[in-house]
Parts: sequence; C-alpha cells; structure tokens
Amino acid sequence: MSYLKHLKSAVIASAIAVGFALPAAADEQYFPLQSYRVGPYAAGGTGFFGGFIDYLNLINIRDGGVNGVKLTWSEGETQYEVEKGVEVYERLKNNPGVAAWNPLSVGIAYAMIDRITQDKVPLITVNHGRTDSTDGRVFPYVFPLLLNPYSETSGIVNYIAGKLGGQDKLKGKKIVVLYHGSPYGKETIPIYKLLADKYGFEVQQIEVPHPGNEQQSQWLEIRRAKPDYVVLRGWGVMNPVALKTAQKVGYPVDHIVGNVWSNSEEDVIPAGDAAKGYVAITTQASGEQYPVVQEIVKTVYGAGKGNLEDKKRIGSVYHNLGIVNGILNVEAIRIAQGKFGHRTLTGDEVRWGFEHLQLDAKRVEELGAKGLFHSINVTWKNHEGDGYVTFQQWDGAKWNVVSDWIAPDWALLRPIIEKSAAAYAAEKGIKPRTSEEAPVTTN
Amino acid sequence: MFDYQFFLEVLIGGLLSGIMYSLVALGFVLIYKTSGVLNFAQGSMLLFAALTFVSLVERGVPFWGAFAATLGVMVLLGVAVERTILRPLVNQPPITLFMATLGLSYVIEGVAQLLWGTQVHGLDLGIEDSPFEVYGVLISQFDLFAAAVAGSLVAAFSLFFRYTRIGLAFRAVADDQYAALAVGLRLPRVWAIVWTAAGVVALVAGLLWGARLGVQFSLSLVVLKALPVLVLGGFDSIAGAIVGGLLIGAIEKLSEVYIGPYFGGGIEGWAAYVVALGFLLIRPAGLFGQKLVERA
Amino acid sequence: MATPVRNTLLVTPERLGVLLLLIVAYGVIPVIGTGYLFDAILTPFLALSLAAVGLNILTGYAGQVSLGSAAFLAVGAFAAFNFNLRVPGLPFVVSIVLAGLTAAAIGIVFGLPSLRLRGFYLAVSTLAAQFFVQWALTKFSWFSNDNPSGVIDAPPLTLAGFAFTGPIGRYLFSLTIVVVITFAVTRLIRSQTGRNFVAVRDHETAARVIGVPVLGTKLVAFGISSFIIGVAGVLWAFAYLRTVETGGFNIDRSFQILFIIIIGGLASLRGAFLGAAFIVVFPLILSRTGAALFGGVFDSGVLEMSQRIGIGALIILFLILEPRGLSALVDRVWDWVRPRRAAALGGATPRSFFIRKLQPKGRT
Repeated sequence: MSYLKHLKSAVIASAIAVGFALPAAADEQYFPLQSYRVGPYAAGGTGFFGGFIDYLNLINIRDGGVNGVKLTWSEGETQYEVEKGVEVYERLKNNPGVAAWNPLSVGIAYAMIDRITQDKVPLITVNHGRTDSTDGRVFPYVFPLLLNPYSETSGIVNYIAGKLGGQDKLKGKKIVVLYHGSPYGKETIPIYKLLADKYGFEVQQIEVPHPGNEQQSQWLEIRRAKPDYVVLRGWGVMNPVALKTAQKVGYPVDHIVGNVWSNSEEDVIPAGDAAKGYVAITTQASGEQYPVVQEIVKTVYGAGKGNLEDKKRIGSVYHNLGIVNGILNVEAIRIAQGKFGHRTLTGDEVRWGFEHLQLDAKRVEELGAKGLFHSINVTWKNHEGDGYVTFQQWDGAKWNVVSDWIAPDWALLRPIIEKSAAAYAAEKGIKPRTSEEAPVTTN
Repeated sequence: MFDYQFFLEVLIGGLLSGIMYSLVALGFVLIYKTSGVLNFAQGSMLLFAALTFVSLVERGVPFWGAFAATLGVMVLLGVAVERTILRPLVNQPPITLFMATLGLSYVIEGVAQLLWGTQVHGLDLGIEDSPFEVYGVLISQFDLFAAAVAGSLVAAFSLFFRYTRIGLAFRAVADDQYAALAVGLRLPRVWAIVWTAAGVVALVAGLLWGARLGVQFSLSLVVLKALPVLVLGGFDSIAGAIVGGLLIGAIEKLSEVYIGPYFGGGIEGWAAYVVALGFLLIRPAGLFGQKLVERA
Repeated sequence: MATPVRNTLLVTPERLGVLLLLIVAYGVIPVIGTGYLFDAILTPFLALSLAAVGLNILTGYAGQVSLGSAAFLAVGAFAAFNFNLRVPGLPFVVSIVLAGLTAAAIGIVFGLPSLRLRGFYLAVSTLAAQFFVQWALTKFSWFSNDNPSGVIDAPPLTLAGFAFTGPIGRYLFSLTIVVVITFAVTRLIRSQTGRNFVAVRDHETAARVIGVPVLGTKLVAFGISSFIIGVAGVLWAFAYLRTVETGGFNIDRSFQILFIIIIGGLASLRGAFLGAAFIVVFPLILSRTGAALFGGVFDSGVLEMSQRIGIGALIILFLILEPRGLSALVDRVWDWVRPRRAAALGGATPRSFFIRKLQPKGRT
C-alpha cells in the first residue's frame, strides 16, 4: 500500500526531474547524482556537486547541450552513507539516458561496482576509488580519473624530492605519514614502503582514529620523531585538527604536505592561523581566473542558475574539482557522440567515450581550462588517464600554486596495479579483456 | 633510558585534554544530579550553541553581543525542553528519558544545521596556540586557558550549589524529588533552570571545542568522549567529572603512545571505554558517584 | 508467576494472519514487485527486522540495554565472509550459522559486565563493544582479506544447492532466513528460557529466589541476541549492500536498531517488524513527498535535515504518547474493531520493565 504511494511520488519526482530540461522533443543525456549536502562531509559535497552542476548548466545555456543533446540531472541525498547511496542508485538507475555515475565516495563506489558492471553504465571515481580499477582490462566500467591513490603518493614523494633538490636527496630523510584510521587511510601504506625502499628514505605511519578530534599524542610522537616532512592523509575534521595540533607542538606547518582529500578551503579555514604555509597536492588549481570559471560566473550565475549559495566559494578546490569533473564527463560524451551520432547515448557508448578521453594541453586550453588542470589520456587499458598534479600553498586567504605540473611515477606503479587487478579477476571469475572490444564476463 | 620529558609531555597534554572532556561531562552531571536524566542531547546542544555563536559573529555581531545572544537562545532552549519533553514524561523511568534525549539530539542537530547551514566555520577566541616550554616540556597555551575556564566554571557551580538558595533547591531535588515537592519547591522551575545551566555549559564547551576543532557537524561527537568520564567519575558528581576527565584524558593519551604501538596504533577510540568498563566492574558507581540502591 | 508477554501467535486469527502474510510474501510479491522494491525496500527491511528481533530479545525481553548492536552486525558479516572464503567447500548456510555463533561468543564476552552492571552503566559498557569491534575489524586487514580498502564483497548466496541471485533471489533468501529464525524465537519466548528472561527483567532478586539462574540467563540472552544480530548482519551485508566496509556499522546504526524497537514496541516480535518497516520507509516517503511537493526549491540537504528532525520528534512523540510503540497502536486499532480483545492487557511496558531495573535513590 505504501508502494503505490511510492510509485506516485516517484512518477511525479521523475517527471519534475526530467522536466528540468527544455523542449521535450530534444534528446537528453541524464546524470544521476548521489550527492551529499549534509552530514560531516557536506562542505566537500556542496562544492563538488555545485561545480559539476554549474558546468552542466554552462553547456546547456551556452551551447544548447552537447551537439544539441541537453544534459539533465537529479540529486539524491546520501549523507555520504553507503546504503543511502545504494538506495539512490536503485531509485535513479531506470531513468532513460543515464550517462555515468559520479558518487565522490569510496564506500558508495565500492558498493556500486558490481551493479554498474551489470547495468553497463560507467562509474567515475575522480581522484579516488579503487586503485586497481585503473586496469581497464578487468574493470571495464570503472574510471578512477586523473589520479588514483598510488599515483597521488608518488606525486607527493616527487614533490618532496623536488623541494630537497632531487630524488637522490631523499636518501636518509624521514617522512611521517599521518593517516586517517580507515581503509582509505591505510590504502597507501604499501606504496610508501615501496618508494621508501627505492629512494632510501625512512617512512613512519601514524594512525589517527576516526574522526580525528584528538591528535595530541600523535603529534607529540611526531615531535619526538623529528621528521623532515609530514604527509597528511586526512579526511573531514581530522585536517584542521591536525594543523592546529601541529602548531600546538611547534612543528613547522610548511613541512606538512596534504593529500588530495586534505587540500581544500574547508580543511584549512577552521584551523585559522595554524594553516598559513600549509601545502597540499591537487589535480586542479584553485581560483576564478580560468576562462571556463569566468564563463560560468558570467553565464550561469549571471542567469541566476548558479548552484553555490555562497558565491565566495566559486573557484574553491572542490568547486573547481566539480567543474573539471564536468569537463571530463561532457567531453567523454562529445567524443562518444563523434562515433555514435548526436543523440542520447547508452551506457556502453559513453564508456567508449571515456576510454577515448584524450585531452592534450591544446584541447584543455580550447576548453578554457589552461592552468586549471593539465591533461588526461584515458585508454581502454588505463582508466586513470595519467593525470598531472600540482601543489598549492595556503596563505590564510587563498591557495597559491607553488609548483609546476608534476608527473607521478606511473611506470613504477603499473605492475602492482595489474597484480591486484588480476587477483580480483581471479576471485570474481572475470576474464580480463585482451582488446578494446566489449568486455567478456563469465559470471 | 626512559624518556621522562616525553612522558611528562604526553601526561600533561592528556590531563589538559581531559579537562576539555570534563567540561562536556559537567553539563551531563548538572542535569543528572537534579533530574536523574542522562541527557544525550548535550553534544548537539554544544553544536547548536557553537554554530549560533559563530554564525552571529560572521554576520558582524561583536563577540560579547553574540555571546549574550547565544546565551539567550540556550535559555529559551532549556525552557522549551522542560516544557515539551520533561513535563509530559515526568513519571517515566530514567531510561525512557534517555531515549527521549536521544531523539532530542537528532532534533537539535537538524534544526542547527537547517538554520545555520552545514558549512565548516573557524572559531577564533583570540588565544595564540603557540607552545611554550617549561624545563623542556611542552605545554599548550590554549589548553591552559581552557583548563582555567573549566576550573572557574566548576568552582562557580560548586559555590552556587553550596551557598545559594537555588543551589540548595537543586540539591534538594537531587536528593528526593517527592520531599522537595512536599516542602514546596517548584520542580518545573528548577528543571528549567538546570537545563539552562547545562545550556550555558554547552555554550562554553562549544566555544572551546569549536576553537579547537572548527565548528562543524562532528562537534556533537564529543559527547562520546564524555561518557567514559561520567562512568569513571560517577554520573552525579561534579568533582567526579573533573577527576574522571583528568584520568580518562591521561590514560587515553598514555595508552595511545605506550600501548598503542603493540596494536598498530589507533586505540584511543576504545581505550577510554575499556578502562571505564574495567573500572565499573570494581566500583559500579564510579569514583564519586552515589551508590545506587539497586532493588533488583 | 508472571505471565509471559502477550504472545500474538497463540491466538488463531493471528496465526491465520501470519499464514496469509507468508503466502503474500512468497507468492504474490515476487510476481508483482519491481527490482527497486526488493533491492531498496524489502531486503533492508528484512535485515533490519531480524536485527531488531535480536535486540528485542536482549533489551525488550531480558531487560539488558545494549547500545552496541551494530558491532555484532559487523561481526556476523565479516565472520561469514571469512568462513566462506577460507574453508573450502563449506556450504554457505553453514558459514552463516558459524558467523552467528562467532557473534554469539563475542556477545557473551561483552555481556559479562551485565553480571555487575545495570541501566546506564551497562549501556555505556556496551559502547565498549561497539568501538572495539569497529576498530579491530578496520585495523587487522586479515578480516577483509587484505583488501586495500578494507571492503568485503558478497559471495554468492546458496541454499541447498540453489543459487539465489538477482533482486528476487536475494529477497527470498533473506525472507526464508528471517521466517525460520522468527519462528524459532517465538518458540523460545514461550519456553522456560523465555520466561526466565522476563523474570530477570522484571525482578531480578525474586527470580533468583525462585531458582532462576540469573547469571546464566543473562549470558544466554546476550548469546542468542548476538547470534541473531550476527545473522542479520550477514543479510545486511550480503543480500542488501553486497559490498560493505566497517564504516557502515557505526554508532548511528546501533541507535537506528534501538529506535526500531522503541518505535515498534519493546518486547514485541511484531513490533520489530513494524518498527523496521517504519524506519526504512519513512525517510523515503519524506524525501519523495518533499521532492514532489517542493520540487527543486529545497535542496536535498534541507530534506535530509527535516528527516532527521522528523525522526527525533517522532521518537519523543512515541515515548510520550505510546511508549509501547507501534505494536500497541496496532492493537488499539484492532481493539476498536474487536472489543472483546480489549479485556486482557497484561504484558510488559517500558515503564514496568525499567522501573524495577533502575531505582535511583529511593524513588518509587
């Protein structure tokens, strides 16, 4: 009996969602969004999904869609919880023209891998996700675009090496990794060990139990260990507390390097002065000065359709990540349309588009994103796309880029990734692809 | 060679952290002492107070103005809670009231974020948190300040309970509700005042914790740190809240540093609970708590 | 001798009702239901109901308050995963039983404090189980088979050689397990052990006097309750989510199960199901009607906060107006229809069962 009530609401809700697009005659491509605008990570969620929606709006308003195909979307609140993410997935997956899923959550992404593989719709996990999904032979539908956790580690170590004067200078130095007490936090422990063995530096891993409100003892230990650099692999409230506690024990903040989930305004603002001088990795630079962001301000916010409530957050780290993610998704659709026609695409066709998402520096400039992000080169075997990273330093009011674009050591990491993917394939009975053709699964 | 300096640093850091826990526990004790209710909503009251204060400050209201305004809001909250929740549930057993406060915590959290949004805010109390060293042992300025504030609050409440008429009324109600009623004390009024007092404590604790962590959603999780303190110190003792807090803070930090490595680290989250649990088995009413007459 | 809690299955009209329900559940719903109904509503409902049944045995019938139930969900899920993975050729059902037994063992260990503690103190000590288990499962990657993200994937659900795949298959698998266990629990409640539970809850000293083994009874309650919650955890992880990480078994989940039995009605099997149905369906209805009525005016965040406020307010409302939960509400409606049933109104209420457990300072 409540089922009928559901049915009615679902019909009305989807009608409203689909009706968001303009004239019904045109073809549409749909983005279901498992967003999180409340809960402990709301700041990141509002920024990212805000940027993503802003970019989609830009394409719709400025270009009339992608070659005439309008982009539509609807949101379902997940609060960053796995089962809410799954519920939203089940609810929205039957809408027509689903292009791709962009959950921005490790837990939700994991829960979806089996489902989307069955549904044949791509899952985009930009800057995060399952590292071994980089191997597109085993994970045809999962795309950890731009940066997977291993590449991120390599990027950070390369940056530190740069600061010390070269990779040979790493020998004998000491690096502490302060990580969040969760699987996400522990994920890169083996890679740090690998790089430590290779370059001859000492690495110590110190755990901060979730949620990270208290880090007194950890930072006292760091004070005792006197490392040359501390890498902050945090999440949520752990980040500002880390910076404040570092100040408390007198560790110099400009020797703390944050990872890609410790790099936003929301992570540093609550720490106040303690964060001045803090450096963090990023795949997209902050700021409003990039042409595409300027266009969004003019076109989208000018028309009153801007998604962010607080306009000061335009150009922030998460907002720009959302914009970049929007660019990647839209370009994949555009590339796929080039092959399959200017119409609503199926999930498999969009997947093909992602597997040919090759944006070099020139194309990035055409898109108005020069300096915003570097480039991407996704192939059917490499779903990460070899994203470049840069580093930004916080001056108390904004982030300033302090490094060139750095390349992670992909060649070193690829064999490990392939090994892990092969183990997954064996466990699940998946036959890895041997060519670009549609994947063959035996389960 | 045992590193005494490091040990002292960890110990002192732990004790000072513990004071922060005591501050949260204080709010619990006030309410439990006078009405037997374990107010799980204390954490969300903390969040609400901090969010209100910070949002007012960000909109240009000066520090003390915002403080007074938030104080007013907490008073209103206290009165509202007494009227809508405590009165209808007045004859229910304590655990029912506990469940009600659980529900209340959800309501307050929801209202706080609905009103003020879910963004993260920084809170600057004007205290530079640069460390200073005493014989090579590191001590944090901010923590000392927090300890001083907590200490004065505790002293104020202790004096209040001992030397004022209302304080006397509180103690009477805590001792025996029916007798208090019999001598003419108005319970609803007493409870409204108690909840307001707890609201004030929540405000102070919210400001201090907010300055430490930033004001956002997970601020309400500090309540989970206060529970072992209550267990150790006794649910209804102010002195117990302080001593318990100091003990838990110290034990937590020391165990993390010295025992943690055997487990691979990260044991802070449950160490306090396990210690409290062990303690309970020896002394079920806590260090200073009154022995409950358990008519099983 | 205290009468056991009013047992809805003793009376024939209810037996008929249950039979009808089973026929609908097995025969009708699989035919007319959509994938969404199974994957997002019915399967989680079944898993949560089973967890609520388990917690109800401990807290509702035996009177021991526990705030750490999510820990046992986690133990069940991870144990089943590991048994299935590491013991070759073990039938899946046996893995589930072993997982339940593991959860029971851990439940008994963390239930030992109940021999000395009561009320709030016991509740706080159960939090120790919550935090410790969550920590242990995250810290030692052995539990998640050294998966770099600490996540476990569901193995195929098989029962007596049949593989239950697809939304309908998973639903039927969960349904069968829930039905079997609930049936066993109804027998348990009417047995001597069940009566011992109620005796210990209502008046521990008197129970001891008449010869009820209080210590053993409490531990049995913890054990059986944890067993059931462990099995519920297997269903939650493998039939519903199909990929789990330890983060989903946090204190909010424990509170959720507690809310279910409060809203549904303590010491009432039917209440576990009613409460679970409510908790699963309420947020969905709220967000749908919200979206339908207000469209894009309010963002999902506002709806989410409203839902939080709604649940909190409802808890308070239930505690004030109908402390015996939805189950009693249903009975009231039923009584309206059938006047003669309004006669016997024995059975536990939260008030009576707790009032004896907690006697703060001479208050009667």
